[in-house]
Amino acid sequence: MSRWLPISILALIVAALVWRLANPQDTTVRSRLAGKPVPQFVLPPAIPGKPGLTSADLAQGQPRLLNVFASWCVPCVAEAPVLADLARRGVAIDAIAIRDRPEDVTAFLASHGDPFTRIGSDDNSRVQLALGSSGVPESFVIDGRGIIRYQHIGPIEPREVPLILAELEKAR
Amino acid sequence: MKLLLLLLTLLIAQPASADSSLPAAQWADRQLPDPRQEARARALMDELRCLVCQGQSIADSDAEIAGDMRHLVRTRIAAGENPRQIRAWLVERYGDWISYRPPAAPIGWPLWGAPLLLLLGGGLLVRKRIKLRRA
Repeated sequence: MSRWLPISILALIVAALVWRLANPQDTTVRSRLAGKPVPQFVLPPAIPGKPGLTSADLAQGQPRLLNVFASWCVPCVAEAPVLADLARRGVAIDAIAIRDRPEDVTAFLASHGDPFTRIGSDDNSRVQLALGSSGVPESFVIDGRGIIRYQHIGPIEPREVPLILAELEKAR
Repeated sequence: MKLLLLLLTLLIAQPASADSSLPAAQWADRQLPDPRQEARARALMDELRCLVCQGQSIADSDAEIAGDMRHLVRTRIAAGENPRQIRAWLVERYGDWISYRPPAAPIGWPLWGAPLLLLLGGGLLVRKRIKLRRA
């Protein structure tokens, strides 16, 4: 009996390792603010000619999509046409540009389209951290009372458009 | 000659970077003028996890977001906030995960209890051995 103890402990350890290899840990960092109000913030305009963004803008009675992006972010380029599609379907989208310069944002919007109503400039990721966001791009569905209802991590893929529309509908 | 040209092209290759072109935030890599405040900020930064390089503390990490988190910690310490408040603010957003100091919540009890259990088990083993030898 006791002769089998070490070997069974070893087998258990190997089984645990194999299980973890087969089911890698999920390393995405979710915001804990889902279901809570957007933190208070005021961000200056990211580009001339388009208003900046405040938390009050996100509580106007209708659900809105808040996109956290940057001109230097490669997946954001892939996401741009999907956001344009959402805007065409009547979704109100505001944005926060992370660590960006006005000329870079202007160039980015000129070549990839501009679906945004307002763009706030977050130079040192202050508001990004306040939102519990950990990278670009990320999108938040925010209801008419300014409550965060859904967080989407990474670019919105074309096949995820119905999901986003459903989350916006739920937030109505 | 061709090989040389080929090697030269390596020199003009630019790494694809996912970093912004803005310089690091003001307090990302600069110490606070008050050494006591800096020491407090430092201790906290050592215990906060970097969001994108998950095995490192924000004090160790070169990631831009870690720099911005150091900036956040230092500005808040300089504004008179205490480290516990800042940690709580981050935990509220990212969960206990963000802090390297495990909370004394029920889920962590086995972790705290494990050394005691192991010590007890070891003690029992030793006692058994000693008894065997006496017999």
